[in-house]
Amino acid sequence: MNKFPRLFLLLAATLWWLVYGQLIAFSEFVVHTLPVDRNDRLGRALQFFFYDTPKVLMLLMAVVMLMGMVNSYFTPERTRSLLAGRGEGVANFMAACLGIVTPFCSCSAVPLFIGFVKAGVPLGVTFSFLISAPMVNEVALTLLFAMFGWEVALLYLSLGLLIAIISGWIIGRLSMEDYLEDWVKDMPAIAAGALEESVTLEDRIKAGVDSVKDIVGRVWPYVLAGIAIGAGIHGYVPEDFMVSFMGKDVWWAVPFSVLLGVPMYTNAAGIIPIVEALLAKGAALGTVLAFMMSVIALSLPEMVILRKVLKPTLIATFIGVVATGIIIVGYVFNLVL
Amino acid sequence: MKEIKVLGTGCANCKATVTLVQEVAAAKGVDINLEKVEQIQDIMSYNIMSTPGVVIDGQVVHAGGIPARSKVESWF
Repeated sequence: MNKFPRLFLLLAATLWWLVYGQLIAFSEFVVHTLPVDRNDRLGRALQFFFYDTPKVLMLLMAVVMLMGMVNSYFTPERTRSLLAGRGEGVANFMAACLGIVTPFCSCSAVPLFIGFVKAGVPLGVTFSFLISAPMVNEVALTLLFAMFGWEVALLYLSLGLLIAIISGWIIGRLSMEDYLEDWVKDMPAIAAGALEESVTLEDRIKAGVDSVKDIVGRVWPYVLAGIAIGAGIHGYVPEDFMVSFMGKDVWWAVPFSVLLGVPMYTNAAGIIPIVEALLAKGAALGTVLAFMMSVIALSLPEMVILRKVLKPTLIATFIGVVATGIIIVGYVFNLVL
Repeated sequence: MKEIKVLGTGCANCKATVTLVQEVAAAKGVDINLEKVEQIQDIMSYNIMSTPGVVIDGQVVHAGGIPARSKVESWF
């Protein structure tokens, strides 16, 4: 891996492809060795479980590995220098897109926020980034793709970006620079230069492997729970159980789901079992995606962290604008589909 | 004696970084004075954008994520 990084990547990709192609056969084999009838409900559920689990985990590993490598190109410092001094509009769009590829952890939200604003990135553009970074991320997209298909993943991606771009733009139009905490306003401006370290392909591969260990190591139990729910509850809970709460015809379901999502806090993987269960039981897709966006993008712990740099008015505006965006997206989704 | 500061608001990665630095310094027999900087105002005075950060004798040597053990070893 260290001496021949290209060869390593090629071999790893080939091996991945070969194994991935055998997953259905593998699941049939496992079920065949078990004392169950392949064609009854339990047999079908087990086959689904033994096919879906390695499939989702392998997709996740591949995407996280790639994103770990891509992340090493987009350090927060480089993203900042790309955004600093650019006009709003285009910069909001760029910030939302960069939010996908820049590594971000909510415990770094404050240093990142100050680092952006003090280097001349407009406030609204900074918000576009802060909204997109946690909400539109590779783990959420991969899981949506693997479990609900590419249409759902693509819709989530485009609507998430749209919310980040428009919410940031609106916050920028409101000119709320006065609502930063005083100590932030008093801080001297900083240069947007990026510290250029020379990063080799080996380093990037290592970064990719590290993020696979870190991220997949953390999220696999949620993925397993999500698939188990998907495999298990079909037929055991009435199909229309959720329709009366979260079906298309319940007009208050979308805002209610968004409100419910704010105090809840989990990462993109943690929400997947819930999404799986809701969808399987007849909840409308728009309502469920709105719920998922709200849980990930609007979380109380992050608000508490941001409170150190933002005055309450600005926090309230931020929550209000983003929540409104998510609610509109939820309604539009339910209407179109 | 090296003056080491770990910058971070107290997330899991920051704690892991503190432990790692202590471990490596002890293993190498280097005398260090380790300080945790947890106030956000103080952290920002070092002009970093992601935490945890590590400062040795006033120089920022690392920012963002738990540093690799080999990187920590190169500091001592």
